[in-house]
Amino acid sequence: MQTTGREPAAAQAVATHELTRTFGPVTALSRLDVTMPRGVVGLVGANGAGKSTLIKILLGLLRPTSGRAEVLGLDCGTDGPAIRRLVGYMPESECLPPDVSATELVVHLARMSGLPAEVARERTADTLRHVGLHEERYRPIGGYSTGMKQRVKLAQALVHDPRLVLLDEPTNGLDPAGRDEMLGLIQRISTDFGISVLVTSHLLGELERIADHLVVIDGGVLQRSTSTADATRLSGVILVEVTDRADELVARLRAIGARVAEGGGQSFTVEPTDDAVLDAVQGGAADLGVGLVRMQRRRHHLTEMFREQEVTDVRR
Amino acid sequence: MSGVEPIGAPVPPGDPGPAGDVIHDLGFRHYDGPRLGRGWVVRSLLVETVRGVFGLGRPARSKIMPWVLIGILLAPPLVLALSVLLTRSRELPLSYTAYPVAMQLVVTLFVAGAAPYCVSRDLRHGVMPLYLSRPMTRADYVLAKVAGLSLALFAVLASAETLLLVGALLAKLPVGDQLGGWAGGLVTAAVLSVLLAVIGLVVAAVTPRRGLGVAAIITGLVVITGVAQLLTAIASERGYDALASYLPVLDPYRLVDALAVRVLGVGAADGMTYPAGVGGALVLAAILAAVVAGGLALLVRRYRKGGGL
Repeated sequence: MQTTGREPAAAQAVATHELTRTFGPVTALSRLDVTMPRGVVGLVGANGAGKSTLIKILLGLLRPTSGRAEVLGLDCGTDGPAIRRLVGYMPESECLPPDVSATELVVHLARMSGLPAEVARERTADTLRHVGLHEERYRPIGGYSTGMKQRVKLAQALVHDPRLVLLDEPTNGLDPAGRDEMLGLIQRISTDFGISVLVTSHLLGELERIADHLVVIDGGVLQRSTSTADATRLSGVILVEVTDRADELVARLRAIGARVAEGGGQSFTVEPTDDAVLDAVQGGAADLGVGLVRMQRRRHHLTEMFREQEVTDVRR
Repeated sequence: MSGVEPIGAPVPPGDPGPAGDVIHDLGFRHYDGPRLGRGWVVRSLLVETVRGVFGLGRPARSKIMPWVLIGILLAPPLVLALSVLLTRSRELPLSYTAYPVAMQLVVTLFVAGAAPYCVSRDLRHGVMPLYLSRPMTRADYVLAKVAGLSLALFAVLASAETLLLVGALLAKLPVGDQLGGWAGGLVTAAVLSVLLAVIGLVVAAVTPRRGLGVAAIITGLVVITGVAQLLTAIASERGYDALASYLPVLDPYRLVDALAVRVLGVGAADGMTYPAGVGGALVLAAILAAVVAGGLALLVRRYRKGGGL
């Protein structure tokens, strides 16, 4: 990692305050109050949750109906051009002309970001190499695979050395291997390149792997904004597997107030709220005369956490 | 993980390499140099547009049409100069301002080839979000495209005018007259270029399929010329002379020619009758301004609605 010598202009990459945007009768964003730190921020929501509207507002291309948004300390309502000079954007949609090469396109777009001609050429060569496009960068884009096209889209968002990149569904249309590579690359943008990332996806599962912070919106309403480390630490659970009579052991644990989730077969997970719970697992297994196959601390996946939260919400 | 090449493998620290003849991964380099403003951005887009119109930086087959048409546009001045030499005439058989009108079909073909190239690709393939997420506005984009196509057209027309001048001077026609005519021709060419660029881009921007755009522009410009001539003929036959003097200007080429006649005092291309007097000139100028302004407004609107993002 290279030292950049660039002090961040603001502590947060993005901050919104009471941000609302309506389109006629439709409310795309409703009083969104969220702060996104630097690093990799995952923005999760189903299609139509308001992700794209938020990105357009952050780029200064769409005026909020009310409320404010800031990117890198700049006001999205008034500093649009300044923001767009310091931010890179990778659209979700197809956006590459087929008849030019990746090099030609990215050089051109680098100039459109305000880079002088010579710098644009140098940085294009560098950036395409960083995203993993080599000899093929001289061929027309029309012949590229989906994965290569996604890399070109990423390269044009990075070529002008932005402070923050907004990546809209970058893994769309990729096969599992391509998805892994793209996610790895996104992580490197933050750790190795020192550029903050806001990445959207409708899949929480893939973002929890790379994001330092997760923001979940649904129907334009903020559901959750949490650091990934906090979330996974909170949800650390113990996976227990016994040779037999798991249901009886679960019943005993519940009797002492432990939170248990049955996992099917002879396994279940239990939240180690205090040492008594762990003792009860071992003691219970001994009492029942069953073998303890496995007792393992597991990092809970965020996907499950959100599912559980929904379930508990419903119960209430 | 697939076995594809690693994505910019981790940086091997140190090892600067002996002579720089080996590519070393230096890691992601940051840029702290100047970031130029909208002026540079618009200029770059304009230059790219002009280059593209002439097929520079595009596949070989994209170069054929423009250069064939340029060849056709540049050949007649040489023939005209030769004819002056042979007939020992005291003036060019075709005036500087009449030249684009005479070659109107070829000019139309050139516009029809160029305008869709300028805008269709970006609209059809959804490239606009890549522009709009950069420090420029929709109006900047439209301005750069209009200016780029206008400039390219003007370059072609001005070359033809200049060849005409060179031919005239070689034929030893009076230098002062010819220079004056040539200057008038350049002004006319400039106005015509802007007008045709705006019309061509408006048509191209609403027909994102490139082939359709080409056809629509050719058809539009050819049909309007025919319609204008037909209506003019009918009006003058029925004795509506005032109307008959205005109808030719439905055709953009005639509109510019009429302005040249009124403002520069040159002869009309093939003896057309145009609106008379200062009033006529003002009406013509107003029509021209309205068409250009209206076209620009339509373009900006088109990009606001359909520009994506």
